[in-house]
Amino acid sequence: MATQTRSMLLNVGPSHPAMHGVIRLIMELDGEKIKGVDVEIGYLHRAFEKMCETVMYTQCFPYTDRLNYVSPLINNVGFALTVEKLLGIDIPERAKYIRVIMSEISRVTDHLTCIGATAMELGAMTVFLYMIKAREYLYELVEEITGARLTISYVRIGGVKADLTEGFADRAFQKIAEVRKVLIEADELLTRNRIFFDRMKNVGVISKEDAISHGITGPFLRSTGVAYDVRKANPYLIYERLDFEVPTGTTGDNLDRYFVRMAEMEQSLRMIEQCFQQIPDGAISGELTGDIMPAAEMVDRAKMGKTQGFMASEVDLDPTLQGGTEKFHDAINATNKDVVLPAKENTYGNIEGLMNHFKLVMYGHGIHPPMGEAYFPTEGANGELGFYIVSDGRDHPWRVRVHPPCFPIMAALPKCLIGDVMADLVPTFGSINMIAGELDR
Amino acid sequence: MTPLQRVQEKFSQDVIETHAFRGDETLLIRPASLQTVAKFLKETAELDFNFLMDLTAVDYLFYAGGRVQKEFRFEIVYHFFSLKHNHRLRIKVPVDEKNPEVDSLTGLWASADWYEREVWDMFGIRFKGHPNLKRILMYEEFEGHALRKDYQFNKRQPLIGPKT
Repeated sequence: MATQTRSMLLNVGPSHPAMHGVIRLIMELDGEKIKGVDVEIGYLHRAFEKMCETVMYTQCFPYTDRLNYVSPLINNVGFALTVEKLLGIDIPERAKYIRVIMSEISRVTDHLTCIGATAMELGAMTVFLYMIKAREYLYELVEEITGARLTISYVRIGGVKADLTEGFADRAFQKIAEVRKVLIEADELLTRNRIFFDRMKNVGVISKEDAISHGITGPFLRSTGVAYDVRKANPYLIYERLDFEVPTGTTGDNLDRYFVRMAEMEQSLRMIEQCFQQIPDGAISGELTGDIMPAAEMVDRAKMGKTQGFMASEVDLDPTLQGGTEKFHDAINATNKDVVLPAKENTYGNIEGLMNHFKLVMYGHGIHPPMGEAYFPTEGANGELGFYIVSDGRDHPWRVRVHPPCFPIMAALPKCLIGDVMADLVPTFGSINMIAGELDR
Repeated sequence: MTPLQRVQEKFSQDVIETHAFRGDETLLIRPASLQTVAKFLKETAELDFNFLMDLTAVDYLFYAGGRVQKEFRFEIVYHFFSLKHNHRLRIKVPVDEKNPEVDSLTGLWASADWYEREVWDMFGIRFKGHPNLKRILMYEEFEGHALRKDYQFNKRQPLIGPKT
């Protein structure tokens, strides 16, 4: 009797320890070899695009935090830039630098998480802990400025929420030095590690042509040798003034993606350093001089109509909110009154400021971009993060579309996996850096 | 000559309207010519749009509170990008409400596969020639198409479970 063979179907996910993120893979196996993969996504769908249509433009920011939750600041910046493009407004230089600094910090945290998690899944727990330690240093910086670690909602249309705090640059340089140490340690632990090397080399390969046809961008595309980076191709904010390189790989395998991410982190740290050298001076949060008034007292006095002397005194507010006070407001916010909330002294101190505030926050008022559409590409940690917004001239977006960088990569996942063995799924999936939040929206 | 002018010159019959609002070059073309225009965009050396960066749709039902009447309810929006020339182009195709169907671009760009599935899932627009047109973010039993404007954002769905 002839031996009959048939392939086996194996279901991985949606909840599996080696899958950081909910996704289901139905794999057709021949022994250990992967013959076919069916990718099923959508387990984390939270109707981001639909919900954005129901709220005002400014209220979309908390939703964008939750797209790529490892680097939420980049999402904030992308959304703000798209709305600013629709409105046709420009923002102050200092705010541009702050946005770039925060974006690059986020990019490093994203890459650290990706490499750390990949290494952990291959058994290198130490690297994971070191990298999470380094990420913690950077989260501390983010927390100091935004007041939150993850759901930061920091960027505003026309500017940012808060200025940098006093001595922030020095602390940032310290943390950057710490992160660099961790990167050297991780490099020593991984790059010449036989186990790591063999598990990554020539695994999860995708060709340049396939990557382009699938519309893949970011480190994944660069690992195949295509030097496409939105920051170089379509520079936005102040990226054209920064000196940085676009690292590329050659073979498009997991090892190349690891190298590209490692090199990119160094470039991002360099960019942050350059930004601190170039950033124009602003009032630094923390150093208040003259007549200081606590914010609560200002509100109490304003309720009773005792507004005299508001403009002469300085309002003491938490550093993560201080962008809202007169002293810091104009350095980090655009001058367009139909877009940017007035300084708090004006809101509480005079009728023009109060009206301006109401006109921006009351339902049915808000920001009114002209009727039209705009697409703005930014370089997210995983690739091109683009927002496409259609405005009908009212205070709600008519349509918000996110081009999520993970989405085309996940569509190409079968191409990376087929032909490899089952165990290669783990490093390949790790190096893809799937973020379910932006994939499923 | 910009990509917009190049396409407009070649397909003057098929272009309905153009604009370059905020510098985004946009063409609204007739659905019947989508395949030929897409092929032209990809294969002409001076255009060389090798990336189909994004594909989505917009529902214009009650647009601007009903003040603006569009001839067709939906528009499919394609964002193309050329790596070599570093230029972008947006192509839009109007789609009728009664028979929402356009040609699939899966034969030209692999990225169209999942994007078109998403548009089918969210807007209920079919793509002729798509090899595997099924829902992607929602489950098969989901009723309606969530990003249509007549789908209430707080609408509830029936519970699904094992068939008894």
